[in-house]
Amino acid sequence: MIPTNCRYLESHEWARQDGDLIVVGITDFAVKHLTDLVFIDLPEVGETIERGTRFGEIESVKAVSDLNSPVSGEIVEVNSELADNLDRVASDPFGAGWMIKVRPSASNTFDGLLDAAAYQKVTESEG
Amino acid sequence: MNPIRTPLSAEHEKVGGRMVNFSGFWMPVQYTSIVEEAKTVRSKAGLFDLCHMGRVRIHGKDALSRVERMATCDVSTLKVGAIRYGMLTREDGTIIDDILVYREPETIFLCINAGNRNRDLAWLNANCAGTDARVEDLSESLAMIAIQGPRSVEVVRKLAKDDPGSIKYYGFFRTRFAGIDDVMVSRTGYTGEDGFEFYFEASQAPRVWNELLAAGKEFGVTPIGLGARDTLRLEAGMPLYGHEIDDTTTPFEAGLMWAVKKSFAFIGGDAIRECAERGVHRRLIGFTCADKRVPRAGYAILDGEAVTGDVRSGTFSPTLGKNIGTAYVGLASLEAGRPLALDLRGQRAPIEITPLPFYRRTR
Repeated sequence: MIPTNCRYLESHEWARQDGDLIVVGITDFAVKHLTDLVFIDLPEVGETIERGTRFGEIESVKAVSDLNSPVSGEIVEVNSELADNLDRVASDPFGAGWMIKVRPSASNTFDGLLDAAAYQKVTESEG
Repeated sequence: MNPIRTPLSAEHEKVGGRMVNFSGFWMPVQYTSIVEEAKTVRSKAGLFDLCHMGRVRIHGKDALSRVERMATCDVSTLKVGAIRYGMLTREDGTIIDDILVYREPETIFLCINAGNRNRDLAWLNANCAGTDARVEDLSESLAMIAIQGPRSVEVVRKLAKDDPGSIKYYGFFRTRFAGIDDVMVSRTGYTGEDGFEFYFEASQAPRVWNELLAAGKEFGVTPIGLGARDTLRLEAGMPLYGHEIDDTTTPFEAGLMWAVKKSFAFIGGDAIRECAERGVHRRLIGFTCADKRVPRAGYAILDGEAVTGDVRSGTFSPTLGKNIGTAYVGLASLEAGRPLALDLRGQRAPIEITPLPFYRRTR
């Protein structure tokens, strides 16, 4: 099931409100398609990011994929433990596999993002 | 252009294989995970759809002498029922394709690469013109399936009328197999494991595939995608056309002189001999890299600040538990013995030169 408390990008990142902050990660669909994760590169705390732009990369045996941010804002926390525990992304992508926490720069943070039903359609069309 | 469906594309789709266009064919890149599938082949056995590969038979009394003239490997000393690895080369010694040559009683059978099929056929036809040798393209009328891994012989034994254990490595026979008469069974493969490849009428492919899966179930046999196939062949140090060898490389640079006859009496032989005598400016190496990021084709090899070569293949090796790759590297860097590094998308990672193959099975 696709969590309904998140909003999504077509490129398979999720965003979830957590108090004042937005937590960002990748979906289980993305994990299943990447498989065999080997490496993740995440930004530093304090960097600012723009919605739809690259904030890092994740690599599987097969390929390197960009991580795109669903929101604009300042990065206030990075899940630095993932570097040595990539299995957390694989086993719990919506939980322990979170990647960054962002303080959003606008109040209409989720405008234009996909809800669970719309994201489900994206995954169905990609098989 | 839409990719060509193989006689087995539907079987892969049924079990959720992830399909891609590979050399123009609709093929499974993976079923579950490249790492898991590679481990299955090393520890049990796995099935491969190889219908995309080219299959050719050359008929006529000049068949043997024409193939001898075109192939780098010695064909005339090949016994009936034996197979040899070789290459087709141009006059200048560059490689058109790498091939397997099967010596049949009256004919010569070749297994060639999917992506090179059309130009190989043109080359074969041009070089058989005006002789009593006729090239028959069987790529579509014959299917090809492989089983690879330590349990292969047990699986094949369940389905074959004659004992597959009697086939020597790089040998073949014809037998009744999976209910079909006259299947060509060869003890060959592209993984570094024991295993067999089957050639038979294309329409029977789903049946043979499913009989092999059923017979292999007790041994843990599963289908294997192209991703794991690439990992396995790279661990085994086997070249892939378009990577370790291509239109610009010679067998000498590629370290494939073991597949070149000593007489050099074939098209391209003189150029390759000259290359071997005069020396070359680059050589194919194997390397390992401790970085977590996977080396990939096209990444630069650095000697100090200078680019001295390029990665041709790279993968995470499940068998070795680290990243491996092949690269062409300037001879000057190799002879100086200087430490080399990989340019991992802007970050430098040291590599260690490692003799090929990375993996050799214990027999």
